[in-house]
Parts: sequence; C-alpha cells; structure tokens
Amino acid sequence: MPTYRAPITDYRFLLTELFDTSRLSAYAGYEEVTPDLLASVAEEAGKLCEDLLFPLNMSGDAEGCTWENGVVRTPKGFKEAYKAYAGGGWIGLAGDPAYGGQGLPALLRYVVDEMVCGSNLSLAMYPGLTQGAFETIHLHGSEELKTKYMPKLASGEWTATMCLTEAHAGTDLGMIRTRAEPMDDGSASVSGTKIFITAGEHDLTDNIIHLVLAKLPDAPAGSRGISMFLVPKFLVNPDGSLGTRNGVTCGSIEHKMGIKGSATCVINFDNAKGWLVGEAHKGLRAMFTMMNGARLGVGLQGLGLADASYHSAVAYARDRVQGRSLSGVKNPDGPADQIIHHADIRRGLLFMRAFTEGARALSVFCGLHIDDEFRAPDAPTREAAADLVALLTPVIKAFFTDLAFESTNIGLQTLGGHGYIREYGMEQFVRDARIGQIYEGTNHIQALDLVGRKLPEGGGRLLKRYAALVAEELAASGQVPQLSAFATTVGGAAKQLQDATMLIMQRGMANGDEAGGAASEYLRLFGYVALGHMWLRTCRVALEKKASGGSLDASFYDTKLATARFYFERMMPMTHSLFASISAGSGAILDFPKEQF
Amino acid sequence: MGGTIFLVNFFTMGAAPVKIAVCIKRVPEMDGAFKIAASGTAVDETGLKWDISDFDGYAVEAALQMTEKLGAGEVHVISLGPDVVQETLRKALSMGCARATHLKCDVVPFDPFAIASALAAELQGGGYDLVMFGKMSIDSANGAVGLMVADLLGMPMVHGCSKLDIAAGAGTARREIEGGGELVRFSLPAVVSIDEGIARPRYPSLKGIMAAKKKPMDVKPAQLGPVRLTVQKMDLPAARAAGRILGEGAAVVPELVRLLQQEAKVI
Repeated sequence: MPTYRAPITDYRFLLTELFDTSRLSAYAGYEEVTPDLLASVAEEAGKLCEDLLFPLNMSGDAEGCTWENGVVRTPKGFKEAYKAYAGGGWIGLAGDPAYGGQGLPALLRYVVDEMVCGSNLSLAMYPGLTQGAFETIHLHGSEELKTKYMPKLASGEWTATMCLTEAHAGTDLGMIRTRAEPMDDGSASVSGTKIFITAGEHDLTDNIIHLVLAKLPDAPAGSRGISMFLVPKFLVNPDGSLGTRNGVTCGSIEHKMGIKGSATCVINFDNAKGWLVGEAHKGLRAMFTMMNGARLGVGLQGLGLADASYHSAVAYARDRVQGRSLSGVKNPDGPADQIIHHADIRRGLLFMRAFTEGARALSVFCGLHIDDEFRAPDAPTREAAADLVALLTPVIKAFFTDLAFESTNIGLQTLGGHGYIREYGMEQFVRDARIGQIYEGTNHIQALDLVGRKLPEGGGRLLKRYAALVAEELAASGQVPQLSAFATTVGGAAKQLQDATMLIMQRGMANGDEAGGAASEYLRLFGYVALGHMWLRTCRVALEKKASGGSLDASFYDTKLATARFYFERMMPMTHSLFASISAGSGAILDFPKEQF
Repeated sequence: MGGTIFLVNFFTMGAAPVKIAVCIKRVPEMDGAFKIAASGTAVDETGLKWDISDFDGYAVEAALQMTEKLGAGEVHVISLGPDVVQETLRKALSMGCARATHLKCDVVPFDPFAIASALAAELQGGGYDLVMFGKMSIDSANGAVGLMVADLLGMPMVHGCSKLDIAAGAGTARREIEGGGELVRFSLPAVVSIDEGIARPRYPSLKGIMAAKKKPMDVKPAQLGPVRLTVQKMDLPAARAAGRILGEGAAVVPELVRLLQQEAKVI
C-alpha cells in the first residue's frame, strides 16, 4: 500500500524562510496574513489530505464512476469527503470575501492544490474548476450573476465546469459548433454537445454551473467569434432556491487510462437557458482567466503525484532486500542488502526528489508573484509580476507534468514487478499523471505559447525581466564561496537559454515550423534553468539559515544542499543536450518525406 | 410528554454556561521512524512530526460537541512543556476552543505526579465544571496524570469514557469493560478521561485556523511537583529474525509439523 506524507516541512521552509512572504501583509485585504499563518494553513491542509483524501485514492480508482440513464455516481466515500472539504472553507480559500470567499492569498491556493491533487487527484477534480469559475465570473460576470452564483461556488454547495471541447474542436476552438440564440428576456438558448467535461455530472452537489463557449448568430468566424455563457444544470429562483431542470444532460462518461474517480462527461445542451458572461464574441479571453489558473493547477497536479510516488518508492527501497551492493555488503545480518544501497535506485529517487523540491520552490515563487500581480499597490510591481507569471505559466504546466510522468515512472520502476501490479498503488500514480501532459492545452501547445506568444511580447520584455532576476541570484550566490561551482553551472545554462532564444526567434521568422520543431525542447531547457535558479537560491538561504539558526533542524538544510548537488551535477547537464538539439535546427524533422512515415 | 420537553429545556437552556478544561499533550506522530537519542533515555526528536495525542484529540472534540449541544459554555485547553507546545494549543484553538494556557517548562518530566501537580495548581480555583484528559498519552502511555489531578483536586474521576453527557450539576458516562459496558453517574465538578470511539476529532476549518491566531494564550511557568521517577534506559524491539523456507509441496508438511511442535512449540 502506498503512503502519503504531505510536504509540510518543505512548505514551512518555502513560506517562512526561502521567500519573503511577509510582504503580503502590506497588500489590501491581506493585513492578517503572516508567514506563520501561511505555514499553519499548509500544515492543516496537509493533514486533511493525509487523513481524509488519500485513504480514498486507491478505492476510488478501483471503483471508478458509473453512468446510468444520465445519472453519474462517484466512488464510495467521495461525497462525505467532499462535504468535509467544502465545509472547512477550502474551496473558497482565495476568493473575494464579498462573495463568500475566505480572502486568503492566491499563493496559498496553489500550496493547498499540490497536496490535494497529490493525495487524491480524482477527488480534487470536482472542486478543482470551481475556483477558476469563481474568478472568471468575478472578473467578467454581471453583478446579478455574481450575487446569484458566486457564494454557492465558494462554499462548495455547487460545483462548476468549463465546457470548451467538442468532438471535432479541441486545440482549435475556433471550429466549435455550439450555438446560442439570444432570447427576449436577456438570456440565451444554448444548444450543442461538449465532450471531455470534467465533473460535468456527479452526485456530490445539488447543482452544477457550466461555463460554456458558444457562438452567437452574428459571430465572426474563428476564435474571434466565441462567447461565454453561464448555464446551470438547475435554474435558480430569485430567492436562490433551485427551480426546474435546465436543458442540460449527461450523454455518457469516458473510460480512461487514469483519474478514474473523476467523471469525464459528454454534456448535451438542448435549448438550455444561459446568460452571457462578459462581452459577446470575447468569450475566449474570459475563458483564459480560468485557463491560466487551471494551467498552473495542472502543473501542481504533476508535482503532487510525483511527490506521492517518491515517498512510497523510498519506503519500499528502505525495506526491500535484493542483491548485494556493488561496493560491498551493507546488510551483513540479512540475506541481501536493502535496495536503497544500490546506486541506480538512489539515482532514481534523487531525480524525483530534486525535481519535486525544485518545482515546489518554483510554484511558490510564481504564486507569490500572482499576489503581487493583483494586489501590489504600485503599477510597475504589478506589471513586472504579471509578465513573470505569464512567462512561467506554460513552463510550469508542461515541464512539471512531463517530469512528473518521468518521476512517477521511476517510482514504479523502483518497485520492479511490484510497481507494475495494482497492489502497491504505484501504477496508479503513473496513469493519473499522464493526463497532465494533455489537458488544459497539450504540452506542445504550452511550448508554442511560450515561443510564439510569450517570447516576442513587448520585444522580449518578459524574458528580459526574468533574466534580470536570475542574474540577481547569480550575483548573490557568486559571493558565497561554497556555491561558486553551482552558480557557474546556472550561469552557463542561462546563457544557453538566451542563445537558444535568439536562434529560435531568428529561424522562426523565416519559417514558423523551425520554431514549432524546437519549441518543446526549448520549454524543457527553460524548465531546467528555472529549477536551477530555485536550487541556487535554496542553497544560499539554507547556508544562511544553518549558520544563523533557522527554524528547522540542521539536517533539513544539509539535505537541501545534498539534493541541490545532485540537481546541478546530474540533472542540469541536460541543458547541453537540449541546446545541441535546438542548435541543429528542425531540418531533419521538416525534410523527411511524409510518404515515408 | 410535556414534562419531558420541559426537562430538556430546563437542562439545555436554563443551565449556567458550562466551563470545561481539556488537558492535552504534544506527542510525535506514531507513523514516523523512531530512533533512540544519544542519552539512551529519550527518543531522538530529529525529523519527527508532532500533533495532539490521539486520546486528547478525542477529548477536545467531545468537549466541543458538549458545549455545542448545550448551546452555552466554553472549552479551555491547557498544555505543559516548552514553547513548541503552543503550536499544539493553537491547533485546539483552531478546532474551536476559546482560550489556551501554556504551562511553560523546558522539558516534560516523565513522572506523572510532577505534571499532575502543575496542572492541579492551574486548575484549582479555575471554576471548571469538568476537567478532561485523554485516557493516556500515546507516547509515554502512563495513563496516570488525569487520575492524580482528580485526587489532588478532590474531585470524582471517571477513567476511559466512551460516551459522556453533562447537565445540571451531574454527568453520565459509559465505560467499556471486558465483555461489556457500564453506565456511571457522577456529580460535577469532576475529572474524566476519554477513550477512543467517543468522537472523531474535526478538521480545523480555514476560518477556525485564522480565528485561532487571535484567541488568548496565557503563558505561565509550570509549578512542577518533585520528580521522583525517571527513565533509565530505552530500547527498540528486537528485529524479527528472517523466515526459513523448508521447501514446497506436501512432502515438507511432516517436517513443518515437527518444527512447529518441537522448535516453535505452538501446536
């Protein structure tokens, strides 16, 4: 059986020592937020995940969801756990208190998300999109929609979905066929079929609020003609009580590789009553409010699953005895040595650990900038933070989910045949992690977003801002004698990133496919540099805290330094291979005759 | 019928607000890997995670449920130890307790009487209707502090309650005993200790966690009694010897039976 240990000690380090979260208390609405409060909330959320959500992870996977005559039943125990989670106020954590939210920093939402998703991704999917829908209605909806729907979403009394994909329109949403006819009472009549709708139908709550992309009759062709509508499963009376059933039905649910406890639905809208959210034909922009948050959320799903897999793999590697260590017997009283003595097992475990801890630091770094983006009192700080978040969003989504899949796969491999059978739960982590590379925009779409949209924006302004932050860290760490080798490594990789950027921009202008062929490798190169930046900062702060007496055991800081060494010596060199591939250009890909595939 | 309704109203609405103290201990979580410290007389605390002792958590939950049911009263929570116990007290505050008292001392002594003396000094004159404990701490497992406090305060004591109810100067409790249960009635004020099964501790809500930061926490030096009992040496259970494989199939059964009879002496 796998175990789940929430990373609350690491979060205490990140939230109270590695980053200056005390600046949040200067922002309007965050007056009571202290680093210690953040760490306390993370700790309690972690316990909730260990005790309430994780015990339902394997049983939910084995049982899955069932569909019968349009009704979806979730696995045993999900409803009770969902009610306890919603009742604790966790769904509305970062929401505006004027509409029932708890008003805590967005940063904290991502902290909690990692643990909720790592302990039970299927269950986490039900409230997962509710938070994004809350923010979308908050930013784009009319006051009437806000007061009618947002408090019930914040409390978790209702859940929400995002309905984008249709059978023939996934990545290319300009091709959607769902129609919306304006009605005399100001509503719209929505008709069409959406597929792959997460939590589109379930038995956890009495109502479900769909945010649906559809085209009005006068819509321009393509993605500039998409509008967003709020379509509830049950119409809501003026007093807030539930009225008649709307024209929304669940046609079926998908049978999937992973996240089997999460209902992925076909949703039919038949003259369903809906209300426009935001301006007509500007629905895609509104949906991106939800999507950008969701993309970061998906990155954290990967991180959470990789972490869960790591702890289970370590527990097994400490216990399992098999073969003798190549450097001599380590367990003379036993018939064989614990496999944790074998160099290759250690290599795999360290890969997982260096990835998860580096990624966790990057997610907190990004989360803190999201709060800066929306709450900092001065415009330059807000703009700089917005640039950084926009740049890092595709990196976090794609790099985290790619390395999470590799990590969960290593976790499985650690157990050998026992990892491949169901009993130990390791293959579930692999299956559950796989979807992260696909949904909310495939990882290649993230790479194109990075290369085609984020890099050229403002003449490279976003990357320049980020490079300045990395240079700042290089200067600070360069002063520390113990870190000079690590700083040189990060400096070299940062130079490769700059050079690769120039190459892709120049070649891409002549031929877009040149950039398309290099984008995924470029994003990965970016990811390794970003984690290197975080590990360098981690080393510097760990040394400082060790010398001055931080709040954690000395062994905690020593372990950070030892993990960083693995990252710099055994993972970061990947940037050389990526840079070589990018430099070679896309000729070998584009020149290959398509008839020969 | 009317009389029953009258009585219920009398007890719940008319009774004075009840004041409950719950004494809790900060202990390491039991699923961690334990090592013995260099002193040989204590656990090495490096890397351990800490929380409210299980039975004490049940006691906090039972106390909160009683005040919620009565619609009046408040729960105070008390713990003894170094500054870190304040984290554990905050957790109880985030569950809904109204105020906390930290009885400060550098090290929690092993001698239950030393601890009981400090708690009794704090509880004496506090005006509590009920003082609650877990039936034992899950680390040192003495199960003695609550009993000693009752004696020092001169109050009745019910040990190991699996159900508890109080109203109008008296309480009832159920205790699980070998092969059955017993219902006991006691006068207030009283000391009780709580067994498992009474109530599953609630998870602190986000609102509760934030509210806990503002609730009062009194810090006082612990007036420990004399320490007359100390741990001399700790040891870990002996590692299990490796199993022996005799072979496969029916042919090895006679040898297995022989070994079970003559060597293991279990059949």
